[in-house]
This record gives sequence, structure tokens and C-alpha cells, in this order.
Amino acid sequence: MKAAVIVFPGSNCDRDLKVALERAGADVTMVWHKDTELPRGIDLVAVPGGFSFGDYLRCGAIAANSPICRSLVAHVERGGFALGICNGFQVLTETGLLPGALRRNENLKYICKPVGLRVEACETAYLAGYAAGQEITVPIAHHDGNYYVDDAKLAQLQGEGRIAFTYLDNPNGSVADIAGVVSRNRRVLGMMPHPERMAEPAHGGTDGKAMFDGLMSQMALA
Amino acid sequence: MTEPAITPDLIDAHGLKPDEYERILEIIGREPTFTELGIFSAMWNEHCSYKSSKKWLRTLPTEGPQVICGPGENAGVVDIGDRQAVIFKMESHNHPSYIEPYQGAATGVGGILRDVFTMGARPIAAMNSLSFGEPDHPKTRQLVHGVVEGIGGYGNCFGVPTVGGEVRFDAAYNGNCLVNAFAAGLVDSDKIYYSEASGVGMPVVYLGAKTGRDGVGGATMASAEFDESIDEKRPTVQVGDPFTEKRLMEATLELMATGAVISIQDMGAAGLTCSAVEMGDKGGLGVKLQLDAVPQREDGMTAYEMMLSESQERMLMVLRPEREAEARAVFEKWDLDFAIVGETLPEDRFLVMHGNETKADLPLATLSGSAPEYDRPWVETPAVEPLNDEDVPQIDPIDGLKALISSPNYAGKAWIYEQYDTMVMADTVRTPGFGAGITRVHGTDKLLAFTSDVTPRYVKANPQMGGRQAVAEAYRNLTAAGAKPLASTDNLNFGNPEKPEIMGQFVGAIKGIGEAVAALDMPIVSGNVSLYNETDGQAILPTPTIAAIGLIEHEDKAILGTAREGHVALLIGESTGHMGQSALLAEVFNRVEGDAPAVDLAAEKRNGDFIRDNHAWITACLDLSDGGLALAAFEMAEASGVGVQIDTDNTMELFGEDQARYLVACNFDQAEALMLAAGRAGVPIASVGKFTGTDVAFAGSAVPLEELSEIFQGSFAESFG
Repeated sequence: MKAAVIVFPGSNCDRDLKVALERAGADVTMVWHKDTELPRGIDLVAVPGGFSFGDYLRCGAIAANSPICRSLVAHVERGGFALGICNGFQVLTETGLLPGALRRNENLKYICKPVGLRVEACETAYLAGYAAGQEITVPIAHHDGNYYVDDAKLAQLQGEGRIAFTYLDNPNGSVADIAGVVSRNRRVLGMMPHPERMAEPAHGGTDGKAMFDGLMSQMALA
Repeated sequence: MTEPAITPDLIDAHGLKPDEYERILEIIGREPTFTELGIFSAMWNEHCSYKSSKKWLRTLPTEGPQVICGPGENAGVVDIGDRQAVIFKMESHNHPSYIEPYQGAATGVGGILRDVFTMGARPIAAMNSLSFGEPDHPKTRQLVHGVVEGIGGYGNCFGVPTVGGEVRFDAAYNGNCLVNAFAAGLVDSDKIYYSEASGVGMPVVYLGAKTGRDGVGGATMASAEFDESIDEKRPTVQVGDPFTEKRLMEATLELMATGAVISIQDMGAAGLTCSAVEMGDKGGLGVKLQLDAVPQREDGMTAYEMMLSESQERMLMVLRPEREAEARAVFEKWDLDFAIVGETLPEDRFLVMHGNETKADLPLATLSGSAPEYDRPWVETPAVEPLNDEDVPQIDPIDGLKALISSPNYAGKAWIYEQYDTMVMADTVRTPGFGAGITRVHGTDKLLAFTSDVTPRYVKANPQMGGRQAVAEAYRNLTAAGAKPLASTDNLNFGNPEKPEIMGQFVGAIKGIGEAVAALDMPIVSGNVSLYNETDGQAILPTPTIAAIGLIEHEDKAILGTAREGHVALLIGESTGHMGQSALLAEVFNRVEGDAPAVDLAAEKRNGDFIRDNHAWITACLDLSDGGLALAAFEMAEASGVGVQIDTDNTMELFGEDQARYLVACNFDQAEALMLAAGRAGVPIASVGKFTGTDVAFAGSAVPLEELSEIFQGSFAESFG
């Protein structure tokens, strides 16, 4: 699998994501936000965590308008895979590739800690390494991870089985405990938790590794 | 623009004493200009010149085979093998944080990160040592919230994991909180950058954010006591922008990789003035600045304002002239200002031009080297009466423990550290909350351990022992993780040094620190002094924070396990039941009495080596400090989720704070091996109980672990959430 990790000036999980993808066997290229084209033959575009442009206004809003995001949208429109983690999820909602928005955490504080997640019954290559209903532990680290969609959209997400992860003990006020959702074609995943931080024994657990491994196995089949 | 006339009031407002002004007249042979007066005040204030402390700082051991660079540069550098080095330092931002907690703490983090990446290292770990007033003091809550959010707001965005720290509360900090920020970075040993300029006529380049009026006179403010006019000082606090700092770091490291940089210095206290003078002085060169070229955020800034501005996220660099285009391109890539603002001069001269006017023309080496140095009078802190054993109150150990862990001083601090990104960079092996923080050296099997320690009540009672103890506790915290302590940075927070008793605390603490770092081979490689921490004449507790790093050469040597059902609880080290200045007495009985515990450095060394040498037999380990065996046993049980049964309920045995001690959890076979090894090494060891069941029990007194855990985990948020 060939993956591109987009680097905004304030990205700070770009290296972490690269390492996790590489450990799963991906061939990873870092792509600068001012670039207008993705490298040829990219299967997966990954948008990492961090503070893309400082995120002093709405997180991810400026990033969503950067040159590379036009290529990201085109890549997804061509049926390419895209993964947004944390700030990357915020960017994907700002580009409109995923529904909803990430608001301030309910307690108005930044929260960094391992949390329990449930892997939902959601048909997507990203979850191939898990069983539906499996409970896993992955850290969160965000100030604005409170996922919001209106009732109609929520019903649609639920009806279409597009909720990928939910929190076991909702830390941030997200609607329906949602921690991650996929696009209609199931090739775009946005999630607030950081699987790349729970991907090696040294991290204290490997529940996040299964996501990268599962995705790789599906891509190899495709 | 005409500058104000120099009057005695103006001199006084710059924090310069009359005899210091006389000295300026002597040096330059004429009346200084307004800008020159500002420059002298910036260079000569306590914060920048260390004029009260220098004499004593010189006595500290700073060398060792592991030391690549000791004090005098932006930060200290130690060798961690494989041609890699760690660059680290701790620095205070106390006064600004009290005035404006969010920005004060945020820019404290920013400043220390800059110190580290200025030398070519990518920051990999941060810590902070915080001291606040009483929990129910009207100002404390706002300070706690502001400082914690400021630290998180800056460090989280920048992208450095906060892996450790300490937080304390005491009435002595009601009028002066302490915010000591630590950062460490990783660098290849052959790619370290220093501030020494070289070459005449080389371009002096300004990098980073624009210069504004924020922080003008900040360093001078930080060198004065507070009174009720403090709110008027708010404009002297700088405003931080971590996003710019992150870009400045990336651009700086990228630029260094091109080989275009000759020397570099961050603009910290007294901004452009200090950085330019320092680079020139280290290189034996003069510097000319043309201020019109300085990127400015506001219109109409004067030379005085530009020279004294403490706007954040700025650097000054001497560049290889033939590489200018390359360097400029890097900074444009990151959308940062890049401007040639001057050049190096052959003669000893600091020349500052604004338009066609000469705003300052001073002998540079003299300006840098002639800061006054004081041998302040001091009196030895009188010995305190030791506590009589008969004066020690007996308490049910469960009641004592509950009282301790429900106090914000000893309660779990998750409410704080969960506001910090503790895991970014994906190399954190142990997040805050249990002993030293641990990170992996990226891409290797090596681990680094980080800790920050001091027990101010000990230092107050007995500055020399308290100084020793701060180092010894840092040594133990690193050791308990299996790490070999490498070196230390000291952040010395004291009251007004013009008072002989305060100066006596300082002298005593330095003596103790020096003895301990020599005995434990943890040389001081960087540091910072913060004096005048007084409000309305009330000094803080003497707080010489020691932050230290340790190396675990291979992850297999780390002691990172948790206690398990059936594990033996072994106490390493000698216990005499020392209750003087103990947490139990202070916190539960409100009695701050007796002498600090004695620190036997030979025993510290011997017991520490024993832990490292026998790491294979040790599953979990924790050093004993405040709260003695009782608190350590509870903390280990809490972290493991298994109960503990300690065989005694004696107050002195459980809550005494004798030094050089560790609590170890291991299985029965390992315990036997440890006992034998201890016998051979002459290390006191005793089985004091076992980890079992779901209760915390001291002889006949027991309580469910879960009940204590709830108090421990919940009480801090209850007080401050």
C-alpha cells in the first residue's frame, strides 16, 4: 500500500502516523500542505493529528482550504482511501468529506488519556482487524473532540452503519458517544482517538495496531 | 524621536541602584542615552546577570565524562551513547505566571523549548514544577487553572509530551506562585549549535515572529519584589504563540541541517539586547544592529522598545553569507520572518542604529562581562530543635493515609496531567503519575527517565540537608525506574537575596546540592535562579527545584512492572522513624516542626546501585519520600490494582521520612535473591508485608483499596475541578 501523510505547519503527529503505517508495511510519503498534487499511485491519504494552522479559530478550518486539500478531495472522489486522526478528523469534516463537526469538549478542557472504545458493526476496510463489538483501549488527546451531528444525520449514520467507534465512557460530550465515522463509500474514516499511540508494546498496548494491520490486509486483497 | 532625559527616578525605575549607575558612568565616561540605560538595566538585572548568585553557583560541580556542555550556553548537554546527546534545562517563569497565569506559564514553556532547539535538538520531553498558595486562598484556584491551561495550551500545540512534574501547595506561595518549566531535546552529538559568533562582517539575522511592545522590561520586573501595584505590571508579560514556535523549531532545525548557521541564540529575557550581546561576547566580536530592518508588529516602535521587547518566538543568528538565499527559502517555506538586521564587527562595540541615529554605542565585552557581582551578606540558617519521639502523635494509619491522599499535595494529579498531551511523538513509555516519566529514544531500545524534585519544608528547616535531599530524591526517582542518573538542572527559587537570612538559605542549599550532585555523579549542566520571590516582605519557602535525567541503556533494564497478587513488599534502606518536617506532621497535624531528615549520600549511592544492579529481581519499585512507607505502599497498590498488607501500624515506621529508601514488589524467589544480594552489598533490606487481596491494611487496621483509590483519584478534581 502506498500512503501519503499530509503535513501542515502545525501537524505534530505526522511522524507518529508515518511510523505506525510503516510498521504495518505501508510505503509512506510525507506531503507538504503547499503542494498541489499528491504523488502518483497513492492508495491512502492520511491526515495526522496536531494543530494544523494553530487552530486558534475553528480547528482544521484553514487547513481544509490549503492547496493539498483540493487534491485530497479529488483523491476521495476518485474512490481513494483517506484517514483522519484527531486534527485530521477535524480537517475531514471541514472539507465536507465527512459529516458533522467537532466542538469544544464538554468540560472545556484538553483531555489526554487512554479511553475505552467499542468497535461498531461498520463494514469498512479500516475495521478488518477487529471483531464487531470488540472493546479496545486507545488514547485521546484533544480539546475539540465533541462530535456533533443533528438528529436526522445521526439517524442516517446509524441506519447506514457508518459509526466506526464509540466511547465506552463518553469523555467529551460527543453525540451518541461517537468517536469515529466513515464516509458513505466507507473509504474515508475520521476518528478522534489516536491508534498510532497504541501500536507497540512500548506504548502499553497494541489495540491501535490492529487498525493499521487490518487496513493493510484489505488493501492487499483489493 | 527624542528620548527622555536621564533622571534619578528613571534610573530607579530601571531597577538600577545608585552605585550601579555610577558604574555605568565610569564604564562609558558619559551619561548613557535612554536606550543605553535600558540596555544596561536589561543586562544587569538579577534575572540576566545572576549578580547575587554567581559567586555561589561557581561552586557547583558541573563536569563529568558524560557532560558535553555545562552551564553557560542555552542549555546543558549530556552524552547518552551512540553519538546521541540530550540537551536540557529548567527555567522559572514565576513572576509572569502570578501576574497573568495562562500567558505567563505558556511563555515559560515556550522559552525553555526554545533554549533546547536553539542548540539543534528536537524537544522530546517536558516537565513542570508548580508551587501554589493554600488551596483555599482566593487566588489559588484561578492560578491553578490558568497555569495548567497555559502549560497545556503551549506544549500540546507545539507537540512535546509532558512526561512529569510536581505540584505543591503551601501558604508561603500565596503571594508568589512558582512555575518552573523543563524541556529536554535529542540531538546527534556532532550537530550541536552554540551561541559563539565567529567571523567579521557576517550577517546577523533575525528569525521568527515580529517584535511588538509586549514584555518590554520583563526581566527587570522579574527581578523585583511584588506589592499591591502588581496589576499595573500586566503589560510586562509576553503573549505566546505555540504555532509560531512550532514553525520556528522546524525551520531552525531544517536550516541547521543545511549547514548555513554559524551561531544562534534565542531571544529570551531582554530579547534582542541579550541575544546580540551574548553572541558577540562569546565570539570576541562586536555587533552592529540596524533596527529599521527588525520586523515590527506595531507602528512607531522606538529603539528602546525594540531592544527591550520580550516578544516570543524569535531567534538571532549569525549566518554564512553565501548561504543567505538557502536560509531565506527555509524560513519562507514556514512563513516566518527572516531579516538581516546587522553584522558582526571586528572591534569591541555594540552599536545600535535606528534611522540615521546612533541609539547606543557601548563597549560590548564590558557590557556583558561587567555586570556587578555581589557577595551578599548571609547568615547561616540556625539549627532547628530536633523533634522528640515523645512529641510524635500516634494516629490510626488508615486515618493518616486518608488525610494525606485527600490533600491536594498528595492526591493523584490526573486532573492536571490529563490536560497535557503526555503521549505525542509516540515514544512515551510511562506517563505522569507514578515515579519518573519515561520516554524511548526514537528508533532505539534506549529509554530516558525524567524527574523533578524538591521538598521545600526540608530546605527551610535545614537548607543544606534540604538541598541534598532534592538531589537525592531525583536520584531515587530515576533509579526506581532502573535508570542511571546522568545529570541535573537546578532551578533555584528564593526570596529577596538582600536579606541575609534568605541569602543564608541560598548558600546552604547550594552547599547541599553541590555535595549531593558530586556524590551521586549528577553534575549540574544548566539552571536558572529566581530571586525576589516575595510579596509584601513575605518570602516563599526556599525551593531549589532539581530536575534530572537518567538513561536506561536497554529497555530490558527498565523497572516498569506493577505489583501482583502474592508479591512480597520489601523495604530497601534504613528506617529510623524520622518524623521531623514530615508530611504527616505538616499536613495532618499542622505542625511544621523538627529537623529535615539527614541525607547519607554514601547510603543513597549504595542503595541506588543495588537497585540497578538487581533490576532483574525487581518487578515494581518506588522511592520513599513524603508520607514514607504508608504512602508508597498505597501508591504501589493503587497503580497495580491489588491490595497491600503491611505488617506494622506504628506511626513512625509508616510515616517516617528517612532517606535512601525504596519499596520493592517481587515474587518470593526474587525476594530471596534480593535478600542474599543485599547481604553481600551491605544494603539494609526487610520484608515489610505483601501485596494481596483488595484491602490496604497496616497490621490490624484495614480499608478497601477501592475506597482509598476513590479519594486519591477524586479529591484533586473535587478541590479544583
